[in-house]
Formats: sequence, structure tokens, C-alpha cells
Amino acid sequence: MEQPNLLYIDNLSGSDEAFKEKLIGIIKMEFPNEREVYFKNIESKKFKEAAENVHKLKHKISILGLEKSYEVAANFENNLIKNSEVGKVDFENILTVITNFLTRI
Amino acid sequence: MNCIIIDDEVTARAIIEQLCSKVPSLNVLEAFPNAMKAIKYLNQNEVDLIFLDIHMPDFNGFDFIQALKNPPKIILTTSDSQFAIEAFEYDCIVDYLVKPIVLPRFERAIQKSVAIDVKPTESASDSGNVEVSSGNDLYVNIDRRLIKIGIPSIYLVEAKGDYIHVKTEDKNYTVHSTLKKIEDKLPDDLFLKVHRSFIINVQKIIDIEDNSVLIKKDVIPVSRSNRAELMKRLNLL
Repeated sequence: MEQPNLLYIDNLSGSDEAFKEKLIGIIKMEFPNEREVYFKNIESKKFKEAAENVHKLKHKISILGLEKSYEVAANFENNLIKNSEVGKVDFENILTVITNFLTRI
Repeated sequence: MNCIIIDDEVTARAIIEQLCSKVPSLNVLEAFPNAMKAIKYLNQNEVDLIFLDIHMPDFNGFDFIQALKNPPKIILTTSDSQFAIEAFEYDCIVDYLVKPIVLPRFERAIQKSVAIDVKPTESASDSGNVEVSSGNDLYVNIDRRLIKIGIPSIYLVEAKGDYIHVKTEDKNYTVHSTLKKIEDKLPDDLFLKVHRSFIINVQKIIDIEDNSVLIKKDVIPVSRSNRAELMKRLNLL
């Protein structure tokens, strides 16, 4: 499975280590909250709200260099808008991969 | 260029601030998590450029643009390219950045925004005297001409000495009259006097906070005696 990386964050930060640390800290803080809200909405079958959550999570997915996963998330977001859960398992696997990555960095 | 950032994601705001820090001509004044707070800020402050996220809950980027009377230059920031066509229907939008935003593309957008001259919407203001009401329209006497104003388009009437300012969706009028006179001509179900100097169109309220309402870009005080009536008019959940 595609693995996250810090290429985008490194490029953006350049030699600014303080910003890199700050941005990673923000992602570590924001991502679990967004993921939790997504799970609450998907469990309650609130598909429109879950689509909003996936939309927001997509940005984190792209920041972490997960290009293929971004497409998976985009398709899942579109399915949720149409009240379909197709793509849920693949999307949630991406969340797990990111969660594991964020605990390592 | 003085700019502000509007994005509901902390990560996105931090990234745009960092990108701005790499362009010496940019000065970030504020960053807002939602459009409402930005509207209130813009009511008091002028900015040259706004970085605006489209996809925000409740009040999205396009709603925000429509709420501005004279929008400054705007660069849209979004995770989707699907809104690009709609975006360029607005003269104020100078570029459209798809997240994650990289520095060279960001710099190009800034160069574009410097090069493009956005003409502000003409803010018309006429002066005259009131007022004949006919069904859905109100006629005001301006320079011996009766000018028709669509009543539903009026969002605010403000008393200023011997005059009233009538603000509509596309034009403002200054009329020699009193608030009482125009109040009598406006339908009770749509308009409410919230303060001794202000009548508002209740349907145009964007939000209410403490003792004020936000209508378009105007923050209007609500006097204590009128607050109860205002709350009664709202479709509260």
C-alpha cells in the first residue's frame, strides 16, 4: 500500500525547521479530530456530513504525498454525496496508514 | 499587498501563511476559520487580496463573495478543480489554486493578482426624496424623478439627520425623508426596526451576535427593546 512521506512539507519548509515542526504538530492535532468526526458521521449514516469530512481529510492525504490514495478519497467523497458507501474500506485503510505514520514522526 | 486568509482548516491556514512569508510584497493581516468572521473584519478594514477556501461548512466561498459589495482581489484555494468554471464568472477572482499549493504556482498567482486590475463594482448613490409605495415597489423622488426600488431588494434603511440611506442589492439611495415615513411604506413581515436609526430586511440577516446583526457587510446595532421582537421573527431551531 502507498506510504505517506514528508516531501511536500520538506519543500514547503525549506530550511525552516521551526515551521516544519509546527506544521507537523498541527496535522497531528487536526487529523485525529477530523478522523473521529468522520467515523461518527459514517456510523450514523450521515453521508453528506461524512463527505464533508472526507473532503477535509483529502487535503491531509495530499500533503502527505499519497497521490493514489487521494484519488480513492475523491471517489469515496463523490459516492458519499450520492448516499453510497462504496470505497469506505479502502478509504478507512488510508486513515489507518496515516494514523500509524503520524505516530512514528 | 495586505491580505487575509479564510479557511476552516488550521493546516491550510498555516501553509498559506508560510507561502505568503516567502513573498516579500505580501503582508498577512489576519487568518480566519470562517467567512462570517472575515466579513465582520472587512467591515472595518480594507484589504488588497483574500485567499479564500471554497469548501467551508454553512457559508462557502461563493456565498462569501456574494456577500461582499466591493470585493477585493480573491485567490481561491481548494482541494477540487471542479469549481474552476464557476470561479471565473466572478471578476474579483484572479486565480484558482488547487491544494496542496506549491510555491512556484503560488508565486505565479501573486504575479497575476498584481497584473490584474480588478474594477470595483460601481457604488451608486443618489440623493432625493420619498416615496410612493406600489405593491412590491417603492418609488423615491430623486431630482424630480420617481425612481422605482424593488422592496425585496432593500436590505437596510439608515436614518442620518434629515435623510435616510436606503441600501439595496445593487444600489444605494440617499433620500430626504424620515425613518418613520419609510417604515410605514415597508411590509411588516419583511422589515423590522431594530434600532432608532435602522430598519432591516429580516430575510437578509447573515448572523446575529449579542446586540448586533450582520446584514451584507453592515453590522447593525439592535436595541434592547427591539431584540425580543427580532428573535420572535426568526425561525429558531
